[in-house]
Amino acid sequence: MTAPVDSGTAPPEAAPKARREYFIAAMREGIRDAMREDPTVIVMGEDVDRSIIGATRGLIDEFGPTRVRNTPISEATFVGACIGAAAVGLRPVVDLMVGSFVYVAMDQIANQAAKLPYMSGGQVALPIVYFTMSGPSGGSAAQHSENPHPMLMNVAGLKIVMPSTPYDAKGLMHSAIRDPNPVVFFQDAVLGGTKGEVPEPAYQIPLGVADVKRAGTDVTVVAIASQVPRALRVAAELEQDGISVEVIDPRTLVPLDIETILSSVRKTGRLVACDSARLTCSAASEITATVSERAFDALKAAPQRVAWEDVPVPFSPVLEARALADEDDIRAAIRRTLA
Amino acid sequence: MPSDAHVSVEDQVSMLRLMLRIRRFEEMLAHLFKRGRLPGFVHLYMGEEAVAVGACSALRPEDKITSTHRGHGHLIAKGASVDRMMAELFGRVDGYCRGKGGSMHIVDFALGIIGTNGIVGGGIPIGLGAALGDSQLGRDTVTISFFGDGASNQGVFFESMNLAAIWKLPLIFCCENNQYTEWTPTSKLTAGRIADRGASMGIPGVQVDGNDVLAVREAVQAAIDRARAGEGPSLIEAMTYRWHGHNEGEEAFAGDYRPEREQASWRARDPIATFRARLHTDGALTEEQSDAIDAEEAARVEAAVAFAEASPMPDPEEAVQGLFAAVPS
Repeated sequence: MTAPVDSGTAPPEAAPKARREYFIAAMREGIRDAMREDPTVIVMGEDVDRSIIGATRGLIDEFGPTRVRNTPISEATFVGACIGAAAVGLRPVVDLMVGSFVYVAMDQIANQAAKLPYMSGGQVALPIVYFTMSGPSGGSAAQHSENPHPMLMNVAGLKIVMPSTPYDAKGLMHSAIRDPNPVVFFQDAVLGGTKGEVPEPAYQIPLGVADVKRAGTDVTVVAIASQVPRALRVAAELEQDGISVEVIDPRTLVPLDIETILSSVRKTGRLVACDSARLTCSAASEITATVSERAFDALKAAPQRVAWEDVPVPFSPVLEARALADEDDIRAAIRRTLA
Repeated sequence: MPSDAHVSVEDQVSMLRLMLRIRRFEEMLAHLFKRGRLPGFVHLYMGEEAVAVGACSALRPEDKITSTHRGHGHLIAKGASVDRMMAELFGRVDGYCRGKGGSMHIVDFALGIIGTNGIVGGGIPIGLGAALGDSQLGRDTVTISFFGDGASNQGVFFESMNLAAIWKLPLIFCCENNQYTEWTPTSKLTAGRIADRGASMGIPGVQVDGNDVLAVREAVQAAIDRARAGEGPSLIEAMTYRWHGHNEGEEAFAGDYRPEREQASWRARDPIATFRARLHTDGALTEEQSDAIDAEEAARVEAAVAFAEASPMPDPEEAVQGLFAAVPS
């Protein structure tokens, strides 16, 4: 399910101009659409009325202060309160503001929200969305640059959404809020201000379905969040050298659409997995391991991982650039598979 | 306090029955644990029965509770079936959680028991959320969040009091002060009175004799009345004593840490014996009648063991099922 593309059959001047929106605004529309269809959906978090990052800005005007609740800076408690609220019939959508703050609420996320449905023998479903801006944004330093999705993938009991386009962000947000399970939705910090096509009417994108962002035949690049536009730029560039790169965006890491990735690798014989996270136990590591187990005979070269160095994200721009993974790393990894 | 005019004799007898059910259930678990018949480990509630029963007796069926790692008493007091509890403790398919939860995770959402908890203090925000959800959905229900003196030093306790106060939620913070934070006297770890910890947030706090079931009920009833009137949360610190260790089997590693004299003085104030004697004195029950109730509850617990033993083990494949609820199409 991709953004509709201009078929090219109508003359350009007659084509309706595609509506373009910022990633953050697309998330907000997904939340708004879910709130309109279901009065039990509420939003809470720090400053959600003004919404400094923007995903809930203006919602208080339409839905009022009982459905858009500013909380004190008590992440563990408001994250936990959503569990009780969901258990008795609300569908809370929680703004955690910055991905690094997930750790403040880790007990309530990992020990409580993720586990209560399973350990109660299925007595309760917890329809909660925890969303946050996350990942490096340029000089945000060690405690505002985390991407904790690899840790949360290992918790069991959390669905994890990590889109790369405004179109996907809107449709996945709506599906995440409708989902009867706890979902963590990561908005990559560097994608928040990107624009893309976003239709105004409500629509949903199912969790667990990857999207082939670019078709190719020589190398499969699986890219997550902000690595997707980087991979697409590298792919366009390598096309000049006659290298055909397929770029797959899993869009959700739990559930992970491994079949789409496997069938691509069976076609190309090569895998580069690009994460926006530290290398050790990254989503890229998990994807690489699974592909190695299940499609080993299709591989023509050793799979490559592109991820951050295993250090906290440093502040100084030169240090940050050294620690993170950029287009040069992706290009080099692709070339290694072709060497 | 005198024999309570607000609580009918019938209700008082029911309360005695529930306290006895808890005591016999916990004694049975101690017995089974010693013989290696329980998987895992258990934290027992003997000595604290008046808190759970006094508090839950003031609730309506649709009211909610969150509980703790020492939760069997709260579950029984809120109406849980000892058969299904015992089956869960044996890891059987007829257990409340089909064997996936165990002692510290038994819940029954239909009874308003929305969480016990293996994390000290972990249930307090969840109770807060239930109170928020119920009030937002227009229900006239209240939530009691039970926690221990140890949990009173967790950050979420303070955070939850603050949120409950600013949102005026129908929530009762019920602290069972059983004098020990795991293996250390709470007095060495805890500054000031726990009951006073909500004062700066405008939350009324009372300390109550946690071994007096009617006193607990009265304090909780006042907090419930306040909550239902829309006046917000209350804090109750029930002073009681844990007769057994932090967990069964601790003698293997914990050593002697509770003075004999201290234990004896609390046992002399057994909440069940005291209440029973009062009912006899008041003429509410004869000794024969209370003995008969006790025998019935002991038999009920014996039957629960038989029920649990007769229940099949879960299919091992259930371990890898039920992680997520199905998404409606």
